[in-house]
Amino acid sequence: MKQSKVEESGDRRMDYTYYPGCSLTHASKPYDLSTRAVFKRLGLGLHELEDWNCCGATVYMSVKETVSFAISARNLALAERLGRDVVAPCSACYLVLNKTNRFLHDLPDLNAKVNDALAAAGLSYKGTVRVRHPLEVLVNDLGIEQIAKQATRRLDGLKIAEYYGCQIVRPERGFDDQEFPQTLDTMFAALGAENVYYPMKVRCCGGMLMTTANEVAMKLCRDLIECAQGNGADCIVTTCPLCQMNVAAYQDRLSTRFGKDLHIPVLWFTELLGIALGLDEKTLGLNIHLEPITDKIMSLVG
Amino acid sequence: MAELQSPGTLPSRESELRKAFLEQVGIVPGGERIRKCIQCGTCTGSCPVSYAMDLSPREVIARFRAGDIETILRSRTIWICASCYACTVRCPVEIKITDLLYALKRVAMEKHIRPRQFPVYALSEAFVRNVRMFGRNYEIGLLTEFFLRSLKWVDLIRMAPLGWKMLRTGRLGLLPERIAGLKDLRKIIKRAEAIERPQELVPGRAVTDEVGYEAIQS
Repeated sequence: MKQSKVEESGDRRMDYTYYPGCSLTHASKPYDLSTRAVFKRLGLGLHELEDWNCCGATVYMSVKETVSFAISARNLALAERLGRDVVAPCSACYLVLNKTNRFLHDLPDLNAKVNDALAAAGLSYKGTVRVRHPLEVLVNDLGIEQIAKQATRRLDGLKIAEYYGCQIVRPERGFDDQEFPQTLDTMFAALGAENVYYPMKVRCCGGMLMTTANEVAMKLCRDLIECAQGNGADCIVTTCPLCQMNVAAYQDRLSTRFGKDLHIPVLWFTELLGIALGLDEKTLGLNIHLEPITDKIMSLVG
Repeated sequence: MAELQSPGTLPSRESELRKAFLEQVGIVPGGERIRKCIQCGTCTGSCPVSYAMDLSPREVIARFRAGDIETILRSRTIWICASCYACTVRCPVEIKITDLLYALKRVAMEKHIRPRQFPVYALSEAFVRNVRMFGRNYEIGLLTEFFLRSLKWVDLIRMAPLGWKMLRTGRLGLLPERIAGLKDLRKIIKRAEAIERPQELVPGRAVTDEVGYEAIQS
């Protein structure tokens, strides 16, 4: 009896509740595919939160604050029953869910209001769920050494520019430095890749400005690509659905607008990690990218 | 015309805006730190889009303290912030600048200040409706509604090749996905809205000012 209990809790340590978020269901499909595949390959359990709803995203936050916390908290309340840490790959979800946790903890008034709202659907939230990014889970729970041990392909000769984006390092003090994070750099160096000088690691891609103030976002994306190209990168590696979308999907338009070739593959870190772990193109979603994936990347998979 | 007043008092509209703003700031933990600003300009220097703003983030705080929220609400600044939080983490006195800009944006939307060039409100409102309807974001619906409402026909056409590519690769869902607990989610939203500070907007008449900004005149 006692024995099985120990085993159970032992299992739970490497089991996570998965919160994919809206972006990963369609627009950022490869990020979803590769995250699931990498976790599976590394022997980590990833269980999708049943009937999750939109986290509220930063767009919602900017219109109705209390309502957005209640929406966000529904997910946390559902996850709390399961007792596992939540893994949220989307930077916006990661930020919003963590922000909800902190605000509910810091503001008893808001907490009471949100729980009152949740009660309308028979839910309540005590505030015990930890929301984590898959990158941090891989590096801290499993460790880079373990990951490197399980790698079947070396990334030797591949030059990469690691682009973390804004919202996994800011505004909360999270798992890495806010100005010059190194988690991705360390992990991919261990897998054989060469990290190019990329001072724009945490520079903004423009986020939703691509839709509402296009010209401003276009310039930011041009800068990000130019910096990677100029430093000799074969690809950009990122952790965020929106960063990837902005930097990758508009490369034709960017090239026309600025009169130069601004094409470069932009991979989610789970895709490149999946390549190193021996996974194939389709499993990782490399075949459904919106920007051209160069032969140099494809030769790694082949 | 500006009303004549004794020194130190704010015009009635300004004090009304101030009240709305302070209520919004009250939601932000540490929001009161705005008083500690030393006007060093680190926020403006860290902002990747301050070059496109008419009021720098530093100036926003200065104007707020000088009792000029009206100018802030009519600026491009609140709509251009991309929520990258660079200013927030670098501020030496820990002012939550991004969250303050959110608060200002909420006040502007409440007061129906809607600049044509920055249709953030159209995106936000489309997003809110989306979540209420499906529980998740339905991208085709969201973007179509946004482009139609913001009258950015050119952009809708410009987006077409990308949209087609995304459809072909299965990266755009044709149909919305409704969550099973939609009824529960709506109950939560309804209750939260009722709890949230009940606020009746003063009905007014929409006017377009000289820079093309729509404003409400009560």
